[in-house]
Amino acid sequence: MAVTDEITPTTGPGGDDLVIAGQRFRSRLILGTGGAPNLEVLEQALVASGTELTTVALRRVDPSAPGSLFELLERTGIRALPNTAGCFTARDALKTAQLGREALETDWVKLEVIADERTLLPEPVELLDAAEQLVDDGFVVLAYTNDDPVLARRLAEVGVAAVMPLGAPIGSGMGIRNPYNLAIIVEEATVPIVLDAGIGTASDAALAMELGCDAVLLATAVTRARDPVRMARAMRHAVEAGRLARTAGRIPRRRYAQASTSFEGLPDLDTPAE
Amino acid sequence: MSGGGAAQGGGSVVVTVNGERHEVAPGTTVASLLDRLGTEGRGVAVAVDGEVVARSSWPEHELAPGARVEILSIARGG
Repeated sequence: MAVTDEITPTTGPGGDDLVIAGQRFRSRLILGTGGAPNLEVLEQALVASGTELTTVALRRVDPSAPGSLFELLERTGIRALPNTAGCFTARDALKTAQLGREALETDWVKLEVIADERTLLPEPVELLDAAEQLVDDGFVVLAYTNDDPVLARRLAEVGVAAVMPLGAPIGSGMGIRNPYNLAIIVEEATVPIVLDAGIGTASDAALAMELGCDAVLLATAVTRARDPVRMARAMRHAVEAGRLARTAGRIPRRRYAQASTSFEGLPDLDTPAE
Repeated sequence: MSGGGAAQGGGSVVVTVNGERHEVAPGTTVASLLDRLGTEGRGVAVAVDGEVVARSSWPEHELAPGARVEILSIARGG
């Protein structure tokens, strides 16, 4: 698999923070809240993941709902990133982004504009339109997008704060279906690249980081795992390991063996011929 | 919720809140509606007739007869 050789320098604690729109995050894992069976498990998983940023949706108030997600976020100190999940058009996404801004008093938005309910794939034309309008309106836009290097470039050009390509469809757990496209997106990146959607297990998250993504955003892989809290820990370690491996600079792949032990100084152990 | 018409003689106003009919006093604002419903304002956003109402306008924004009010809160979502 094509992996670029670029090595990111790290300078001790804090030197390898994720920076999005000037905000620093020590964790490179963004954990979504979708799919969690209840708030108690969600809170434990969020804490176990070490995340400092979590996505939330906006839905009609349910007076009968037990507990408060807002209080959970306050208690844990995790920053909330409102999303536009469920929007099919730029118009809907703009309205939903405005609602998120009012609800959470933040200019940050995870922009999602999907094409249909079956694939939940991003709708590229509406997405780019929405991204441009939201940026003009002062939003800090983190754009969920296809694994398309050209669209990623266009989104960066209209001023999004982060480009978030999918690895595979939302909730599919299929991992990274096109690592070559992802490598191109990373190579060309002028803003942080966050792998968003498709992660199934820890090795998928590690691969995303090894390919050079700046962060990973996932939800279902944790919230619908048999043991969400344990999987949250696994993802935390996977993202850290993948980042370390990326910055350490992996060895090149080669067809034949390369001895790690020197042939110099081998003893002569031939026995004399009779 | 009961309600006879868009505006009854006694001066109540019928509005729709999250798809349900509600009868409110004339002059009811977004802020007073939230109070009446016992909805805490934190983590909540409001749209009236499809337009987002800024938090700072809640105390002044009066609900007209037939207003469609959407009250949203943050919820679990990817």
